[in-house]
Amino acid sequence: MKKFSAEKLNAIIAASGNAVYVPADVDTGLVEYKRYEEGTSVNLDACKASKSPKDLLFPQWENLMHFRMEGKTIEITEQARQEEDYVMFGVKACDIRAIEVLDKVFLADPVDTYYAARRNHGTIVGLACAEPEQSCFCMNFGIDPAQPAADVVLWKVDGEYYVETYSEKGEALTANWELEDADAAVVETAKKEIAEKAAALPFANLNISRFKGENMNELFESKKWKKLSAACLGCGSCTFVCPTCQCYDIRDYNTGHGIERYRCWDSCMYHDFTLMAAETPRPTQVERYRQRFMHKLVYFPANNDGMYSCVGCGRCVEKCPMNLNIVKVIKALGEEE
Amino acid sequence: MNKEPLVPMLGVVTDVRIDTPDVKTFRVNALGGGKCFEHKPGQCAMLSIPGVGEAMFSITSSPTNKEFMEFSIKKCGCLTSWLHQMEPGQQITIRGPYGNNFPVETELKGQNLLFIAGGIGLAPLRSVINYCRANRENYGEIDIVYGSRSMDDLVDYKEIVSEWMEDKGIRVHLTIDRAQDGWDGHVGFVPAYVKELDFKPDCKVLICGPPIMIKFTLVELEKMGFSRTQIFTTMEMRMKCGIGKCGRCNIGNKYVCKDGPVFRFDELGELPDEY
Repeated sequence: MKKFSAEKLNAIIAASGNAVYVPADVDTGLVEYKRYEEGTSVNLDACKASKSPKDLLFPQWENLMHFRMEGKTIEITEQARQEEDYVMFGVKACDIRAIEVLDKVFLADPVDTYYAARRNHGTIVGLACAEPEQSCFCMNFGIDPAQPAADVVLWKVDGEYYVETYSEKGEALTANWELEDADAAVVETAKKEIAEKAAALPFANLNISRFKGENMNELFESKKWKKLSAACLGCGSCTFVCPTCQCYDIRDYNTGHGIERYRCWDSCMYHDFTLMAAETPRPTQVERYRQRFMHKLVYFPANNDGMYSCVGCGRCVEKCPMNLNIVKVIKALGEEE
Repeated sequence: MNKEPLVPMLGVVTDVRIDTPDVKTFRVNALGGGKCFEHKPGQCAMLSIPGVGEAMFSITSSPTNKEFMEFSIKKCGCLTSWLHQMEPGQQITIRGPYGNNFPVETELKGQNLLFIAGGIGLAPLRSVINYCRANRENYGEIDIVYGSRSMDDLVDYKEIVSEWMEDKGIRVHLTIDRAQDGWDGHVGFVPAYVKELDFKPDCKVLICGPPIMIKFTLVELEKMGFSRTQIFTTMEMRMKCGIGKCGRCNIGNKYVCKDGPVFRFDELGELPDEY
């Protein structure tokens, strides 16, 4: 176990390479992942950034390829894949589990090479959650907020960051850091404190046992969806702040100098998401709302050895303008009908 | 499949056949001739015109056709309207093949087959029908029930009359919704015609058409003693990626693009009713 003083944080970040993305205070008053440069107001004390670092792997929009059309002919040029090594710094356990969820989708055969290039060039520095918030419920999904699954993990205790390295990528990174020896017992005590805080949170003990593939049709047919979804505006905010939502659209844009085919985030909350020429299988917000939660809690685990695609980060709990969220769904459907 | 699944290859339209007032069949070759890729009966491909859009279409030609691929496409939206005004020589982008296929080498092998199609629903079944015709010794008796709005709306009519109807062991039963001049064949909807033909449940059924046709035909088949384990269909959903990642074509935990489009009705019955 090693450590460095919190005063040296900026120096450690600067020693981590040219491209280091950190949670930082931005003009809007939010905390967002931002590429570090001199003067960046790094904020590792906020429980969570307003959005997870999902954008670094799966940007909100990205060009996939370029077309030139001339007469009846077409020329295709692929967009270059990411080549720059970079570091995601200060990522919480929930957001790291979310990356594992994204991996299950994008790295499954056939591999999405745009995502894979970004994933391979990144090193993740995790940060234990010193102060989980009221909206947090990661522990329900087997996530330990005190032990992010990262290349390097930091624990902040009494003005010092304790450092443990877990991979070759992590070794290569911390080799450039100026560190002191540290007492591992301090971190063990800190972990226990975090566990106690997490256990005392209001959503610490949700009953998720009914959410499994065997109950798929029973949960799907539940009469409760109508009431649960009644206030949903279909704005899609929950999907945009969700660290695991990965549904996307592919569209073409004529730049005047050819055509860019780009990928952008899409949302199952939108009416045109499944709209075909003649009809849609999800005609009202009830079906769309049900789809989102059935996917997170039943369909995804059914295909991925029980791994839920909710990580309990609580962002949707905070951002929904109608105060709807997955916790209410879990509570309503978690009990027998 | 290409090593980057979202990046298409180029194809060229080498022939355009007008089938009906709103269906055309496009012959597609690789730029250097031959086929863009091999496929199995029932599989699909993503076709696109850059700047217009990209969509999933079933491959209408049989894999046994070694020279080209064909797509029968109904004009019903932006992309299909653009495709309909194409002339031979037009390049398009193509990627695939996607999805599973009708189990022609396993469950359907050695069996009597009953094909039931409505309208453009013949497109995916034509691939299977011609595959079975090319491997005739592997299949028993073949019945084809095909219905459309009018005689002008029967897709592949020339091929049906001059080839399928001429084959031994193949019985073709055509029907149109309403009587019209020049038509002396059957008149009526597909479910009613299937009931009238009263098939013995000693065959496997492959059905594709409008959902309402499938729904009522299933009722008739079950009355005749068919089990859902004998009946196969192919599904349609909006798709963007074709590889189970973009998230929009799922029925429960299955993705139509990857786990489908071909489903057996007993399997479909286990999934949430959202299709």
